[in-house]
Amino acid sequence: MALGNAMQLTLGPVPYYWPKARLDAFHEAIAAAPIDRVYLGEAICSRRHEYRSADWLEAAARLADAGKEVVLSSQVLMESESDLRALRRFAANGRFMLEANDMSAVHTIAGRAPFVAGAHLNIYNAEALAFIAALGAERWVPPFEMTRDSLASILAQKPAGVATEVFAYGRLPLAFSARCFTARHYDLPKDDCRFACLDHPEGLVVATRERESFLVLNGIQTQSYRVLNLVDALPEMRELGVDAVRLSPQPERMDEVIAAFRAALDGAASDAVAATLAPALPAAPCNGYWHGRPGLDYVMRHAAA
Amino acid sequence: MTAPKRIELVCPAGTLPALKTAIDHGADCVYFGFRNDTNARNFGGLNFDAKAAAEGVRYAQLRGRKVLVALNTYAQPGAFERWTRALDLAADLGVDAVILADPGLMRYAVERHPDLRLHLSVQGSATTYEAINFYVRHFAIKRAVLPRVLSLAQVEHVVGSAQTEIEVFGFGSLCVMVEGRCALSSYTTGEGPNTVGVCSPAKAVRWQDTADGLEVRLNEVLIDRFATGDKAGYPTLCKGRYVVRDDTHYAIEEPTSLNTLELLPQLLQMGVAAVKIEGRQRSPAYVAAVTRIWRAAIDACTAAPSRFAVRDAWMGELANLSEGRQTTLGAYHRPWR
Repeated sequence: MALGNAMQLTLGPVPYYWPKARLDAFHEAIAAAPIDRVYLGEAICSRRHEYRSADWLEAAARLADAGKEVVLSSQVLMESESDLRALRRFAANGRFMLEANDMSAVHTIAGRAPFVAGAHLNIYNAEALAFIAALGAERWVPPFEMTRDSLASILAQKPAGVATEVFAYGRLPLAFSARCFTARHYDLPKDDCRFACLDHPEGLVVATRERESFLVLNGIQTQSYRVLNLVDALPEMRELGVDAVRLSPQPERMDEVIAAFRAALDGAASDAVAATLAPALPAAPCNGYWHGRPGLDYVMRHAAA
Repeated sequence: MTAPKRIELVCPAGTLPALKTAIDHGADCVYFGFRNDTNARNFGGLNFDAKAAAEGVRYAQLRGRKVLVALNTYAQPGAFERWTRALDLAADLGVDAVILADPGLMRYAVERHPDLRLHLSVQGSATTYEAINFYVRHFAIKRAVLPRVLSLAQVEHVVGSAQTEIEVFGFGSLCVMVEGRCALSSYTTGEGPNTVGVCSPAKAVRWQDTADGLEVRLNEVLIDRFATGDKAGYPTLCKGRYVVRDDTHYAIEEPTSLNTLELLPQLLQMGVAAVKIEGRQRSPAYVAAVTRIWRAAIDACTAAPSRFAVRDAWMGELANLSEGRQTTLGAYHRPWR
């Protein structure tokens, strides 16, 4: 599909464990929001079951009916045969594209259908990108650690036919573990976690001993406390040839985040965009990776002379 | 029940003296990296230049042992040639295998060095047989190293369905996060395992005596604070003490090491091909002790698996070599999860 000069706005999968009613309401709001593409699915923890496979497919159909491109995201950390069975069911759904978030998913989908190569596949260079594109990736998401300069270097050699989608807003998915840190906090075994994540729609904040908020525990995932915000890099991304930017969902004020990015993509003045976006951020922003610095840094952009 | 096979002991060599020590104490294989960001232990004062590498390869191969070279970071754009040069050098040295994570570098290896044996690094984050078989199909890897996240039953399932040999971690520092999927260090310090080959790098560490105790920071972020008399450990990010809902604790992981010595009979029985010892950043004395103990244990277990018993002296000595003097069975052991 031709994107022309316009960059797409996409919404990543909900990383948290929300009750079914909250997910339903969220999807209903997204159906009406100015988002071009939506990623759905439980990408974090196989124990989470407020939505079953059928619920995800139903939500996917509703969003597709509302005019969204819909993609199903595979689980990042695959451990068991039942994880693989769930992956195969998703891959064989016959209607929606798969975002492959590990090589089990690539192995399952390659040669059968085009797919999205997710950020966790660790495509760090043009050679790896050419390889994954040849297997049928129609789009790739660079690792969120990637700097602007590295991305520019790769895009200068990018094979034709593969679109680039950059993670541009939200808490960074810093790490994944076999251990569930939310269950650990409550001194519960992972196998009997009593779904403690349900009480934390935005995860559990980890602060340093001097009470500086640092990380967020989201089950087996560890996120940044600071919120990635690359809204002021959108013009640069367009110049580099980026085709889409991705927002990662948060439980409150997501509509305002979407509105601000949509306005920025439509050419609104950066001051106006910043004013809309700032109050919607649940924590201080960061953008260090893009600038080749520690991820938690925030580099202020000065108005061009 | 198949007859127990031989299980290879794969030992770390941060330096040429450590390599020779590992060989002298019974390692079947040693692994090392070159002196730059092409490997995941890119630490000051460690690793091999071409001359030391050639001598190490000679030393090991003359004694019938194998040498593996870790090239297990992800090649960075604009510097791809640094990784390919390192790979060419490893091939020229006649090493027995290279340990890779980056599909771009694997593709280069297959095209340029079709006879070079490839192992999939733990940094490749392959946790299922499907992921491993993906690398078998596209790059004909001959072995995969499993991330330290699977239970023993899951390891057995992978060994049974993977179309290649499986290597597991036996002893050493424990990554609680899936290797290759952890950016805690780059988030905090700007340098991490995937891109630079470091974790919680020493240059970002700052110790400071304060009225509240000895504080240690990584690039200004407070990782831990120790009272007088506390043993102050290295500030690895995931092993610091943090506050979660007013509870101060090791929110991610205690300072502890993995030790799977007691699982050897099961690992042997399920057909694991090799056990890896972590610790290229450790001293030759560490390498000597760990290699000697694991050699003795593997030999005893291979000779009579049903009568294998872990000796107290082994466990005591290994605990003394461990972070925080504690060891764990990690994810192999269900309750840990």
